[in-house]
Amino acid sequence: MTPIIEFESVTITYAGAERPALANVDLSIGEGELVLVIGQTGSGKTTLLRAINGLVPHFTGGTLAGNVRVAGRDTSTHHPRDLADVVGVVPQDPLSSFVTDTVEEELAYGMECLGVSPAIMRRRVEETLDLLGLADVRDRALMSLSGGQRQRVAIGAVLTAHPRVLVLDEPTSALDPGAAEEVLAVLQRLVHDLGITVVLAEHRLERVLEYADRVIHVPGDARPLVVGTPADVMISSPVAPPVVRLGQMAEWSPLPLSVRDARRQARDLRTRLEQRPARTIPVREQQDTVVTVERTRASYGRVPALRGVTLDIAKGEIVALMGRNGAGKSTLLSTLVGLRRPDAGTVRIDGVDPATLTGPRLIGRIGLVPQDSTDLLQRDSVAAECADADRDAGVEPGTTAELLARIAPEIPADAHPRDLSEGQRLVLALAVVLVATPAVLLLDEPTRGLDYPTKERLSTLLRDLAASGHAIVVATHDVELAAETATRVVVLADGEVVADGPTAEVLVGSPLFAPQVAKVLVGPEGTDVPLTVTEVRQALAVIG
Amino acid sequence: MARSQTPEQAPQHPGDLTDSFCGPDVPPGGTFRPQKHRRATRLPRLLHPGAWWLWAAGLAVAASRTTNPILLLLIVAVAGYVVSARRSPSPWARSFSVFLKLGLIVIAIRVVFQAIVAAPIGTTVIFTLPALTLPEVMAGVRLGGAVTLESLVAALYDGMRLAAILICVGAANSLASPARLLKAVPAALYEFGLSVVVAVTFAPQLVADLDRVRTSRRLRGRTVGGVRGTAAVALPVLEGALERSVTLAAAMDSRGYGRQAQRSPLVRHLTAAALLGALVLVVIGAYALLDASAPAVMGLPMLTLGFALGITGFDLAGRRSVRTRYRPDPWSWPEWGVTLCAAATAATLLAMSVAGVPGLIAPVDPLGWPAVPLLAVVGILVSVLPALIAPPAPGTRLRGEVGT
Repeated sequence: MTPIIEFESVTITYAGAERPALANVDLSIGEGELVLVIGQTGSGKTTLLRAINGLVPHFTGGTLAGNVRVAGRDTSTHHPRDLADVVGVVPQDPLSSFVTDTVEEELAYGMECLGVSPAIMRRRVEETLDLLGLADVRDRALMSLSGGQRQRVAIGAVLTAHPRVLVLDEPTSALDPGAAEEVLAVLQRLVHDLGITVVLAEHRLERVLEYADRVIHVPGDARPLVVGTPADVMISSPVAPPVVRLGQMAEWSPLPLSVRDARRQARDLRTRLEQRPARTIPVREQQDTVVTVERTRASYGRVPALRGVTLDIAKGEIVALMGRNGAGKSTLLSTLVGLRRPDAGTVRIDGVDPATLTGPRLIGRIGLVPQDSTDLLQRDSVAAECADADRDAGVEPGTTAELLARIAPEIPADAHPRDLSEGQRLVLALAVVLVATPAVLLLDEPTRGLDYPTKERLSTLLRDLAASGHAIVVATHDVELAAETATRVVVLADGEVVADGPTAEVLVGSPLFAPQVAKVLVGPEGTDVPLTVTEVRQALAVIG
Repeated sequence: MARSQTPEQAPQHPGDLTDSFCGPDVPPGGTFRPQKHRRATRLPRLLHPGAWWLWAAGLAVAASRTTNPILLLLIVAVAGYVVSARRSPSPWARSFSVFLKLGLIVIAIRVVFQAIVAAPIGTTVIFTLPALTLPEVMAGVRLGGAVTLESLVAALYDGMRLAAILICVGAANSLASPARLLKAVPAALYEFGLSVVVAVTFAPQLVADLDRVRTSRRLRGRTVGGVRGTAAVALPVLEGALERSVTLAAAMDSRGYGRQAQRSPLVRHLTAAALLGALVLVVIGAYALLDASAPAVMGLPMLTLGFALGITGFDLAGRRSVRTRYRPDPWSWPEWGVTLCAAATAATLLAMSVAGVPGLIAPVDPLGWPAVPLLAVVGILVSVLPALIAPPAPGTRLRGEVGT
């Protein structure tokens, strides 16, 4: 296989950094490969991806020692714009990278810059619309598209330039499981049918691992990269999807990478697990109800967002709110916190209408960590943010800093919130909200951009909070998080509750929402299967 | 077919699906041409944005020549009718009503100012406001005092004229967004045009940001309104905007924005010389035209030469960029028709105003009913024809047509 991307002893150091972000990287990626880049947050994945088309160092600054060559062009002499015809880069947030305002114009933009002749441009736009299934939305404004459509437009927009390499940074992390599968199917097709080389970074390994030809593990702290087949890398990787961790625990060989592989090897485990005691479902006590939502309706202009939602949430519950993008999850959260008044129906938090509350009376009852946790953080240092939170909540100075030190001791007090990693920012936002000791805690899509260790820490934290009497609602696309933490799952579709019940019951029954472990272990009958690796381990310990 | 090929046989551009995509109507070895002649006919399409802006400019020029309320209302009605008949289904097309409201505000402000500040005309006093005696230095400025019917009516007419011009701009805005107009600017001005487009698209995002930050202030239990609340909101919003522009710049760079063709130093110097020369010639020409004592040869010929040199310079500068245009808007007979109608309207009212035909200026002192000059009415009504001349906008369902 001829290499199309070559890294020769590359060391990248950002200006002002003490040590390099990547050191002595030697790497060669062949034509038509699908390469998955994994690693913890802040390990240098994005730096590696951005070095491929020369954004590092041409755009970001810093120094790059060694050589990066793409299709024979050296990035030290070629700017990103001179590589635009061989490398297509799809950034993390597609919306912020769109230049024009309609689908068709966006697809043509790159070609216009490259000076492709109008006749060829027209043809390629039509081809790409069909290839990515975007023909129905060709005239639509980009702002009006769904998450999956936006991601596909962003891919199409770089694809029309006919690049030989496609680089994607977390293409599925903001998408619901269905939309993520759409995008991955497109990538599969590009690799298989058109021979394009795809390099993608992703935290949600359970979605992409089975498609990868090779995996590059970026361990961080400038340690050497681990490159190999998915099975080889997974044996030692600290970040691994549930199916791999199940395989590691059961000592299966070869290590399964997909649910299909694992099911073949899981027969014994399945029969052993049949002897485990039946799951006990905790009985909810009515008097503990803190959130009451009754026949609530809300709409944006003429578009209904909630159509008569009824819901009770009690103390100690962790409710996972699921459903595709635009199903009404965020609307329900903002109604709960009183940001929107419902068009009809009632919302009560602790018996009070949240829309009538302000200041300490509001944040003492209910707290929301928004999707982008930076929204909540407005000061230029962690310490200042904590001091503000103390004042807002009317508690003794230093309380927030103490709380933060307990849940995340490694966050430096003098850091700028925007310089923290995604996970650290989330924890800071959580601390800021929690210091007011709200009875109800809402989180909107908290695991976006989080790696597995950070996610685990979040799960533990949420379980502890629930045990101490908080009611928690998590709107999420992440089925593994729901399986790991939630006691109850509510599925919304088109603004209506379509499923509401204990986590195991709701998740196992759905092909889209079932967590990997359940998919591996579910038998022909019954829904009583473990959902997570932890649960399997506990069950095996009981059986002995 | 590209799809069935093994990687070794794959063509240079692996994404090339030419053979599988183009049907039998492409001759072997021939290229696929967008069929321009057919697109220019009555099939639904968007009119060239330049045509709509010229049309609106024509109406605005007409409006600026008259204070006759009947003619002004007629102009607004014409603009409104054409907008309702030919606007595109895009979101910005709904902005017309915003401009109508703005027009009303302009009229209200004009009338209120007249009542409070400006010197009154006429003698029909309606009411008297408490007058403020100002110090000697500000003699000539009046605050309060008698308010006459004549001055209010004059202010109303004047406000209506301003509002009509504003509404013409609004009509152009909803018929063809400024972003589409900028797509049609010459290549040399492209980069300037793009920065305007990016700024325009950032405005709504700033509003969204502002909303998010205000939301978060509420979530943290702080006050949202007030001077301090607003000041605290500004910094995070600006930070967010800055961050987004950096992301956008990186994305544009990696998609090939700013690629330049290789040019010889000679061409570069020629371009600079042409543009500079054009500027000098235009300035001299314009001066000579305005100054009657200058020799005639310095006037129009210099100006013409200057413009010609300028166009050459722009053309040369445009060749620096390798850009091509995707589906440029065609300019064919509907565009000519729309432009000519507007030109006729503007010319009629201009000629009438120069010739001093009565009726364009409504009488205010003494007050009287405005006359209705037939010629002006006909001139304005010509501009309603674009509602028929322009092809229907795509995506709007015609009456009787069954939707899918």
